[in-house]
Amino acid sequence: MQLDGKIPAGPLRDKWDNYRFKAKLVNPANKRKYKLIVVGSGLAGGAAAATLAELGYDVECFCIQDSPRRAHSIAAQGGINAAKNYPNDGDSIWRLFYDTIKGGDFRAREANVYRLAQVSNNIIDQCAAQGVPFAREYGGMLSNRSFGGAQVSRTFYARGQTGQQLLLGAYSALSRQIGAGKVKMHTRRELVDIVLVGDRARGIIARNLVTGEMERFAADAVILATGGYGTVFYLSTNADSCNVGAAFKAYKRGALFANPCFTQIHPTCIPQGGDYQAKLTLMSESLRNDGRIWVPKDPSDTRAPRDIPESDRSYYLEEKYPSFGNLVPRDVASRNAKEQCDAGLGVGPTGYAVYLDFADAIKRDGRDVIARKYGNLFDMYHNISDDDPYETPMMIYPASHYTMGGLWVDYELQTTIPGLFALGEANFSDHGANRLGASALMQGLADGYFVIPYTIGPFLADQGVSEVGVEHQAFADAAAEAAENDRKLLAIEGRRTVRDLHRALGKVMVDEVGMARNEAGLKKAIGAIQALREEFWQNVKVGGEQGNFNLALQKAGRLADYLEFAEVMALDALTRDESCGCHLREEHQTEEHEAQRNDEDFCHVAMWEYTGFGSAPEFHKEPLVFENVELSQRSYK
Amino acid sequence: MSTDTINITLKVWRQKNAADKGRFETIPVSGVDSHMSFLEMLDTVNEKLILEGKDPIAFDNDCREGICGTCGCVVDGIPHGPNKAMTLCQLHMRKFDEGDVIAVEPWRSRAFKVLKDLMVDRGAFDRIIQSGGYVSVNTGSAPDANALPIPMAVAEKAMDAAACIGCGACVAACPNASAMLFVSAKVSQLALLPQGRPEAAERALKMVATMDREGFGNCSNHRSCEAACPKEISIVNIARLNREFFKAGVLSEPI
Ligand SMILES: Cc1cc2nc3c(=O)[nH]c(=O)nc-3n(C[C@H](O)[C@H](O)[C@H](O)COP(=O)(O)OP(=O)(O)OC[C@H]3O[C@@H](n4cnc5c(N)ncnc54)[C@H](O)[C@@H]3O)c2cc1C
Ligand code: FES
Repeated sequence: MQLDGKIPAGPLRDKWDNYRFKAKLVNPANKRKYKLIVVGSGLAGGAAAATLAELGYDVECFCIQDSPRRAHSIAAQGGINAAKNYPNDGDSIWRLFYDTIKGGDFRAREANVYRLAQVSNNIIDQCAAQGVPFAREYGGMLSNRSFGGAQVSRTFYARGQTGQQLLLGAYSALSRQIGAGKVKMHTRRELVDIVLVGDRARGIIARNLVTGEMERFAADAVILATGGYGTVFYLSTNADSCNVGAAFKAYKRGALFANPCFTQIHPTCIPQGGDYQAKLTLMSESLRNDGRIWVPKDPSDTRAPRDIPESDRSYYLEEKYPSFGNLVPRDVASRNAKEQCDAGLGVGPTGYAVYLDFADAIKRDGRDVIARKYGNLFDMYHNISDDDPYETPMMIYPASHYTMGGLWVDYELQTTIPGLFALGEANFSDHGANRLGASALMQGLADGYFVIPYTIGPFLADQGVSEVGVEHQAFADAAAEAAENDRKLLAIEGRRTVRDLHRALGKVMVDEVGMARNEAGLKKAIGAIQALREEFWQNVKVGGEQGNFNLALQKAGRLADYLEFAEVMALDALTRDESCGCHLREEHQTEEHEAQRNDEDFCHVAMWEYTGFGSAPEFHKEPLVFENVELSQRSYK
Repeated sequence: MSTDTINITLKVWRQKNAADKGRFETIPVSGVDSHMSFLEMLDTVNEKLILEGKDPIAFDNDCREGICGTCGCVVDGIPHGPNKAMTLCQLHMRKFDEGDVIAVEPWRSRAFKVLKDLMVDRGAFDRIIQSGGYVSVNTGSAPDANALPIPMAVAEKAMDAAACIGCGACVAACPNASAMLFVSAKVSQLALLPQGRPEAAERALKMVATMDREGFGNCSNHRSCEAACPKEISIVNIARLNREFFKAGVLSEPI
């Protein structure tokens, strides 16, 4: 397979300018003749659909929820990065670029990341102009904070609701285009297949979630902005409807899937209560600024936390990483929590939790100060766990949060299927092996507002207006296949529910393909996934009926995808015989338990090509070339 | 955490589709872990219904942390249930007692058609926003974000109004099924900010006209909306909307 990242020539700083200057333009009068499908209405999809319609394209946008305003982006709390350098503390486009490359442990493309840093400033301008109520200083200027251990204050925020406010901004721009008749919005629709004619994407099949019908849509290009696959772990901080389905259908139709094993586990989530648990709630990272993490030294200690004296506590992060202490990066904090719990030192009813204690901070600053900083979070925690964090330490445990892997795309955000593009969390492009806090919102909006509107032009200009409509046999075939798949699922009538089987898959993934991985565990996981897949197709009980709203049927389809995809994840983790960023192979650690990269053999993007149900995918790689930064080893001692 | 369990009875609205008349169904539920959330309780009921070959209860939800605005039903007569300033997904079973009979119904409003069981069609909210709930600025044409300073107090007020999650509880709580709180929150947010001022009058007129056309009722100051709102959106916003609306009327003569 010939892979071309289409990285423009020239010095890093000029690549994006050069690209835009050389790119073929679509005649403005012709734009309305091109139909574009945007799947997803989160930050990436919402921004793309609105902007492409403003440019004059004929856009149709799809989402699973009952309104585009409810995409999972809404849940982001912390903030969004940009290289504005308003605080005058030494930030620059170059520094944001460098931090992102280094944070990703040198497993992302320089050119893409540099472009991301370049357009980051336009995002803040655009959002402010839309009326996004960012936090401000007394003088009326925008407020910034440092986030996730960054040494500069480059994070913009809107209380603890940054994702919500940014999404409502994109939603308002999208709504304006819907109102003007430039975007046709299809809510409660789920993409179930991508239609190819020849080798080119020509449209999609979407399930109407209310009627159960399979609907057909043709277009000149299809843009996937369908988010990440964190729910492969069953329990995660992601919303219920998050899924790999759209990206996986693209993979099955020939698009390569890049770095599927790169997933981020967030250290501060409220631990699981019981088997009934459906999702985990994130507690903001900022809590680690004042909270101290500890476990009892003695695994058999059953005293209440307040009755355990200092001398019997292990503040393991402070002890192991004296200079960063509780503020080590996400992956390091997560891994250490797991290590403590695996060693039997965990607390709480399941033994899988550690304490996050505010007693010292309250003693030092007073309850009022702490309440002002974290009051909302404390209330949220209290409501969920029934414990009062002012009185007793919080219990936290890591949970799946974000997926860096995704569909492989070139510099133009085009997948290996001509006419199929991928944006936002759904692509693999910018975060390498680990994403920095507050950079996902930035990437989603960069892709949607400022990249795809330029990079889709050359493809459309080259191809001319499509003559293929939904009457083409390929649409009928794909729709029939999707309906048949539903019938098959409903007919199994076995004994285990979709939820039950998903929970079982989640356990395998958390145990063997989660925060720490090793060869034996990964091989075991592959066997377990295959067995679960077999059981699913023989013993699942979906329930409900075809031709009506049926959530269980939707979820059965998504789980079927996960049961294939999970194996690709495990295989990718097994094949990447090094540690990097969030991917820790226990065989490869420094003496400090840091991820030990192997740049000689693994400085590449790993890509997987589908070869058929149950057969091993084919491996490809895109070598990563670093011309502007020097590869270095992280250390947080 | 102690693990208490309770036994409850659900009286839940069942309706096959929009055309069906619908009815209450009584479902006894035993051994409910009081640490469960209300939606997790419904999940376990659905698991059981599926294994018994019955149709599970359809209800909308997504984020399960009170921010997406997808969930919402009327629990014992109160939108989102008994917790103040919280969505249904944030309600926990420890709020209920052994033997409780709990009534669960969808939002009721002429403008929100019931699609199935507890699911309703809130498309009318989207259409209200589409008619004017935005600032008309194309991508790429924005000035530097700090070119226009906004006093912190103003930005904070705008943020208070912008916190609306569009769940529809205000409509469900209002005896007239009015959408005034929802409309006023968006009108206020944008009217408070300098970026939204140029279109403030026109925006108020258009959004109110769409609200009327969609079949929402009038506001007669019951304040039930404010009490039901999971984000504590204040009815001060309705006063602001009225002001913008009035100004728009005055200014509607040719300039
Ligand atoms: C709790 C939480 C907090 C976070 N906080 C931050 C933060 O502070 N800062 C930060 O930068 N990042 C944060 N993130 C990450 C960030 O929110 C996401 O990565 C980002 O919003 C993803 O945006 P997106 O547009 O790519 O996808 P999404 O917002 O997930 O949107 C996906 C869209 O695709 C649609 N869709 C999916 N599948 C289909 C299908 N098959 N058919 C039709 N439609 C489909 C959905 O309906 C939805 O509209 C956080 C994430 C979580 C979970
Ligand atoms: S499910 Fe998102 S607010 Fe309740």
